[in-house]
Amino acid sequence: MSEIVLAKYGEIALKGLNKNTFEDVLVRNIRRRISKYGKFEYKKAQSTLYISPKNDDCDMDSVMEALQKVFGIAKLCRAKGFDKDFEAISTKGIDYVAEALENANTFKVASKRADKKFPMKSPEICRELGGVILDRFPHLEVDVNNPDVIVTVEIREEQAFVHATNIDGAGGIPVGSSGRAMLLLSGGIDSPVAGYMMAKRGVAISAIHFESPPYTSERARMKVEKLASIMANYCGRINFYCVPFTEIQEQIKNNCDEEYFTIIMRRLMMEIAQRICEKQDIPSLVTGESIGQVASQTMYAMVCTDNACRMPVFRPVIGMDKREIVEISRKIDTFETSIEPYEDCCTVFTPKHPRTKPVLEEVINAQNKFDFEELIAKAVEETTAHYIDANK
Amino acid sequence: MHYLDNAATTRPLESVGKAVLSAMNENFGNPSSLYRLGIDAEGVINEARKNVADALGCEEGELCFTSCATESSNTVIFGVAENYGKRKKKKAVTTTIEHPSVAEAFNKLEKQGFEIVRVSPDENGEITAEMITDAVDDNTFLVSCMLVNNETGYILPIDKAFRSIKKKYPDCITHCDAVQGFLKIDFKVKNLFADCISLSGHKIHAPKGVGALYVKKGVRVAPLLVGGGQEKGKRSGTECTPLIAGFGQAVKELSPTVEERLSKAESLKNYLLDKISLCDGIEINSKPDSSPYINSIAVLNIKSETLLHYLEARGVYVSSGSACSRGKKSSVLKEFRVGEKRLDSTIRVSFSEETTTADIDILIEEIKNAQKELCKIK
Repeated sequence: MSEIVLAKYGEIALKGLNKNTFEDVLVRNIRRRISKYGKFEYKKAQSTLYISPKNDDCDMDSVMEALQKVFGIAKLCRAKGFDKDFEAISTKGIDYVAEALENANTFKVASKRADKKFPMKSPEICRELGGVILDRFPHLEVDVNNPDVIVTVEIREEQAFVHATNIDGAGGIPVGSSGRAMLLLSGGIDSPVAGYMMAKRGVAISAIHFESPPYTSERARMKVEKLASIMANYCGRINFYCVPFTEIQEQIKNNCDEEYFTIIMRRLMMEIAQRICEKQDIPSLVTGESIGQVASQTMYAMVCTDNACRMPVFRPVIGMDKREIVEISRKIDTFETSIEPYEDCCTVFTPKHPRTKPVLEEVINAQNKFDFEELIAKAVEETTAHYIDANK
Repeated sequence: MHYLDNAATTRPLESVGKAVLSAMNENFGNPSSLYRLGIDAEGVINEARKNVADALGCEEGELCFTSCATESSNTVIFGVAENYGKRKKKKAVTTTIEHPSVAEAFNKLEKQGFEIVRVSPDENGEITAEMITDAVDDNTFLVSCMLVNNETGYILPIDKAFRSIKKKYPDCITHCDAVQGFLKIDFKVKNLFADCISLSGHKIHAPKGVGALYVKKGVRVAPLLVGGGQEKGKRSGTECTPLIAGFGQAVKELSPTVEERLSKAESLKNYLLDKISLCDGIEINSKPDSSPYINSIAVLNIKSETLLHYLEARGVYVSSGSACSRGKKSSVLKEFRVGEKRLDSTIRVSFSEETTTADIDILIEEIKNAQKELCKIK
């Protein structure tokens, strides 16, 4: 019998009558994520998902690595099944967890007896197995309160499972159980982190990117697509929209007051994003704005931007320092890609002295100096979309 | 296609492709093997070595093949520091306009405790032989300067500087990164006074992945790679016969025509400058007496990267600053006293013998279109 993986639910274990819905989403996400590593069977029991490979050639190391990035899983461990007799459990079973025990100072044994026909009761299993372990590893001590290693034995219908080390899962709730949102993905450090954080709370992410060739390069777009593929390790497959934005930027530049370039640009980006959302039935937007970070992210500027929005705009990194955002981007592996130096649409025509306290009325007047409607409709029309899968 | 980025890399010659294929498919033996197949492969390498040695005017034994000029320069800087920079001598001299393969190697030496003096161009953007010579003293174990700057084509007075350094401080090792000069401007080892010279294959129509290092007889450079002792212990690792064969072929074909091609490049440069003088808003960063192969120009108020992509879409290839530091602002141009305003809008137009006046016509025409169509930055 090969190894199986036990995925223990986080928050969704606490859900009430709709727990099943969350579980189903989680199973679907896991299934999608690990199907490339083999065929698996899924069983749900007591807030744990038992994932067992159907063939011997499943790549379990890759499965574990992928599962660590699936939201909704609090803890993960690998377990092995043995014959349901104490002899087998106390020899082969302990062999299986020997490495963890050798590196530990204290341990305890926990037991779950789902199959009540098994002759020994749980406390008895713990006691006896603890004795076996102490004989074999004399350096160990028992600590029932805060052990280094917990050796768990689960007696189930078909087999007895033994496992020792838990590793942390990604936490959160399953992606897709909290609706959908459109992330404005620029290529910087903040927006991938914002997307990650929404996905952690179960939001299915689509991404929208604005490109302005020849002011921005093909490499800039490739960089953003790479960021999306790294995010997809956590968010699942991302629907990626790319908006041709050159003409709009040129007309802002030609017609509007320089100090309002960035804000008008952001208002128009929001407008385009919303129109695509409305077509796709996506009810909200997500941005990587952090308050006060740059001129377009002051409270006043955001008020002006939000005025152009008909749907909620979520900004999960709004209260975070750059340092904190960088920390997360390193953790999720987007940092190295984010700092590649290419022009992006936000840096093309940066005003020398942007207004940090723009007045809404003035912004609207500045924007109304040109009728953008035709260009907006054209940009929406010419937007391309494709799916981006996880890069690992 | 109008390829005007020959300082980044060049298209391999047709004969080079053939030489690579034949060395790869027919002479596939390990050049160190004792049987005939190995000897044949070694023969291919020796022939290439002879071609490069002839072009440089050095002995074959003074040349070893490397994977690229970066490796050659790194080998010299770290290898000379190891052998000559140990006891009292702790100082090395270089310039502030070097290619990163030299500059970064010196940064690393500096962290290891060596004193690095970096000669910076004067207010006219010039580095004179005296400026380099004056920086050298009794404690200097190494001087490393490039022959032709890769971003502006500026030619450094290496021969003068190295001659007087060698006269005053015969023990000081001189190194020249001659990547942008080799087979483009005429020089030989004996009139450059360099103890070590780095060369690259792919800048002279050979494939990428091969370079060479000249080390004067008697100069000891500790190897960067150790192992099987190939290349007389100077560079371990099985020799890449196909690429070396390609390198040798390119040198063989191009070395007889250095003068001829140089004067062609001169006339191309003059053609470009004449055209530019009739345009508004284009300024020239390169000096009049710089290498005609490399021309740094600024199209005012258009960002380099924007113009690059605009031109790319019309089949014209140039680079912004230098291709090695993709996207990063060039600190070298600043050293040449190119103003902040021009820095952002500088492109590099670099020629090879394949370049024609028609390429330049299209370039200028498209730059003019860009000036009309693209939004200006302030």
